[in-house]
Amino acid sequence: MVAHYVMSVDQGTTSTRCILFDRGGRLVSVTQREHKQYFPKPGWVEHDAAEIWRNLEHLAPEALHRVGVDPRQVAALGIANQRETTVLWDRRTGHPISRAITWQDTRTDTLVAEFAKHPDAAMVAERSGLPLATYFSAPRIRWLLDHTPGLYEHAECGDVLFGTMETWLIWNLTGGPDGGEHVTDVTNASRTLLMDIRTLQWDPELLAFFGVPAGMLPRIRSSAEVYGRAERAVPGVRIAAALGDQQAALFGQTCFARGEAKCTYGTGSFLLLNTGDTPVRSTHGLLSTVAYRIGDEPAAYALEGSIAVTGSLVQWFRDSLGLISTAPEIETLARSVEDNGGCYIVPAFSGLYAPYWRSEARGVIVGLTSYITKGHLARAVLEATGWQTREVVDAMNADSGLALTALKVDGGMTADNLLMQFVADVLAAPVVRPMVAETVSLGAAYAAGLAVGYWPDLEGLRRNWHRAALWNPAMDAERREGEYANWRRAVERTFDWLQPDGEKSGKSGKSEEPEK
Amino acid sequence: MPGPVQSIERAAAILRLLARGSGRLGVGEIAASLGLAKGTTHGILRTLQGVGFVEQDKSSGKYQLGATLLHLGTSYLDVNELRSRAINWADALAARSGEAVWIGTLLDGKVLIVHHVFRPDDSLQSLDVGALLPLHATALGKVLLAFDTQAAACLPDTGLEPLTRRTLVSPAALKRELTKVRERGFADDIEEATLGQASIAAPIRGYGGLVVGAISIAGSVDRLCPSSAGRPDPALVDFVQNAAQMISRDLGAGRW
Repeated sequence: MVAHYVMSVDQGTTSTRCILFDRGGRLVSVTQREHKQYFPKPGWVEHDAAEIWRNLEHLAPEALHRVGVDPRQVAALGIANQRETTVLWDRRTGHPISRAITWQDTRTDTLVAEFAKHPDAAMVAERSGLPLATYFSAPRIRWLLDHTPGLYEHAECGDVLFGTMETWLIWNLTGGPDGGEHVTDVTNASRTLLMDIRTLQWDPELLAFFGVPAGMLPRIRSSAEVYGRAERAVPGVRIAAALGDQQAALFGQTCFARGEAKCTYGTGSFLLLNTGDTPVRSTHGLLSTVAYRIGDEPAAYALEGSIAVTGSLVQWFRDSLGLISTAPEIETLARSVEDNGGCYIVPAFSGLYAPYWRSEARGVIVGLTSYITKGHLARAVLEATGWQTREVVDAMNADSGLALTALKVDGGMTADNLLMQFVADVLAAPVVRPMVAETVSLGAAYAAGLAVGYWPDLEGLRRNWHRAALWNPAMDAERREGEYANWRRAVERTFDWLQPDGEKSGKSGKSEEPEK
Repeated sequence: MPGPVQSIERAAAILRLLARGSGRLGVGEIAASLGLAKGTTHGILRTLQGVGFVEQDKSSGKYQLGATLLHLGTSYLDVNELRSRAINWADALAARSGEAVWIGTLLDGKVLIVHHVFRPDDSLQSLDVGALLPLHATALGKVLLAFDTQAAACLPDTGLEPLTRRTLVSPAALKRELTKVRERGFADDIEEATLGQASIAAPIRGYGGLVVGAISIAGSVDRLCPSSAGRPDPALVDFVQNAAQMISRDLGAGRW
C-alpha cells in the first residue's frame, strides 16, 4: 500500500494532539485530548504519564479512522513534546513510579540552590550549555530519587527508567515492557543538564554532579531516524522522529540555515535562532541548545531566548483589569489612539528574564499623566511584547555575531496586525507568518518524513513553506531609537523592587518560568 | 437642555408593548393600547421596521419584535476577534484554492478588509488589511449588501460608479444580482472591479445567523473562471462556502 501521509504527535502541556499531514505539508486530520493538571502543593505541577499514554493510544487510531486511512498508508510517525517534564517508571510493569513532574514545577528550587554552591557548579553551564535552574530535568530526577526509598538501587540496575515525554511515548509505542525502545533525541537530551552539548553523549561528570545513575537513562539518538516500529496504537508504523516542541517549531518553520530564526508567540514567547553546526556560548543570558540532528549528519544548534510574559499580559489586561472582553479586542482598543502617549508597561511579573535575569524586579507602568486613556495602556501592552522581542534579538545578534534579517513568527498573537507591524518596526526587519500555523506538529512530521525518505531533503520541505503574511518595517530610525531608549529607562525602574528582606514588601514572588 | 423626544418615547412604548409576550399585534391594536393616532403609530412602526427592531408578518400584517433587536447585545463582533477566530480556516482556504483570501466587513458604505492571506506562490505581495473596497463591484461587497437591507437601501438611486466596463452600474441590475446572491449563498465579481481579476465570496454568520462579514478568494479571471462560460469554477465556490461555514460554526451560527 502506498504511503500517503505522515503522522505527528504533539504532546503538549495541556493536551495531546495527533495530526495527519499530506506530502504538501497540508493538514488532513486532527484529533486532540486534554489531560488533567495536578497541583498538589504550591509550586508543584504534575501530569499522569499513564493518562497521556492512554490518550495517545486513543487519538492516533482515531485520527486515521476519521479520514478512512489504514496504518499502512502512514509513512512514519514523529513526536514533538513539552520539554523537561520528567517521568520515572518501572521497566517490568510499565507503571510510572509517581506522577510526572512538569517543566513548570519549582519544587527543586532549594535543591538547585544547594547545587549552585558546589565548587564544580560552573562546569554545568560549560558542559550542558544551560544555567543551573529548576527548569531542567536533572534536579527533578534527583528529587525523585531522594524522596522514594529504594529507588536509587532500582535505577542503578536499570529496573527504573527515566524519560521525558517523547521517551515515555516511544517506549510504550514500541512495546512497553515487551521490548520497548528506551531512547531520547538530542534536543530533549540537551534540556536535561546531563548531556555534553558538544559530544551529544551523557556526561559522566554531570551524572556524578547530580547523582543520577547512568543505568536509568535512555540512549541518545538523532532527532530524525527510525527508532523502531509501533507495536501498539498504530501497529507497524515506523517511529522516526522526536523533537522538543520549540525545536520542532523551528524545524516546521524550515529555519534550516545558520541565522534563520522563529518566534512562537503564546502565553509566553520563545525565540530560537539557528546557529549552525557549533553551539554558541551566550554571554547575554540566552540558552545554548541543540536545534535538531538528521540521521548521521552533524547536529544543528540554536540559541534560545524565552520571554516570560507576552500573551499573558493581554490576558491580565482582560481578566484582572477587565478593560477588554476578549484578547483580540486589545488591537481594537490600541487602534483607538495614535501612539502610547508616553506610557510604557514592563511586565516583570516574576522578575526579568533574558537578557537581564533580575529576579528581584517587578512590573511597572510608567509615564502616567491625566492624558493617558485605556487606549494608550492597550498600546503599551502590545508594545511590551515588541520591545521584549527586540531585547532578545539584540542579545542573539551580540552572542552569535549574526544580524537577524527576517523573523518567522507563529502562535496565536500573530493574528494581531498592530503587534506584528510593531515587531517589524522595532526590529527594523521583516516579520513573516507562514500559512501552516501548526508549526510544532509540522516540524515533527517533517523530521519523521525525512527519516524515511517520504520527503527527499530539506529543500523539498522549504518548497512546502508558504508566506501567508508579511509585515515590513515602517518606523523611522530616529523614532525607533528614541522609543527604545524610553523602554530601557522604563525597564531600569523595575530593578531592585523586592527588598532583600522579602517580608517587608508583602508577597514575595517566586520565579515562574514562561508558559508554553 | 432640550426635553425628551416624543417620537422616541412612543417608539419605546411600542417595543415594550410588543415585548410583553402577547405575540403579534396589528397597527390598530397598538394604536388603541397606547392611545395614539393610527397614522402616527404606523409611521413609527415603519421606522422601527427599517432598522430591524420590528418585523411585519407577511400573511397577517401584524407586527412583532425584530431579530436585530433580539441580538442587539451579542451580534456585534469585533473585527479583530473575527480575524482571530477565522485565521486557521482562511489559511486552509488559501492553501486549498491556491488563491489570496480576504475577509471583509461593512464600514460606512464600503468593504473594510480585516484579514488578508497571501496567494501561496511566494510572489511579492503586500498586506491589504485596512483597505476599503467598493460594495457594488466586489464579491465581498455583494455578499454584505445581499444580507444587509439597510446597507443596500443606502446605495445611490442613480448610477453606481463604473470601475470597468463590466461593473454593474444600474441599481436595478444590482438589485437583481443581490437576489441571486441570496438564493445561491455566494457572490462573484468577474472583472467588475479590475480587468483580468475575479473574486468569489460567501457570508460569515454569527449568532442567530446574522451575517457579520464575508470571506472571499480573489485572483486572475483565467484561474477563477476557467470555462468559457464566464462562470466561477464550482470547485472553488465549494471551497469558499465550506470555509465560510466552518468559520460560522466556530462563531456559534448554529444551523448554518
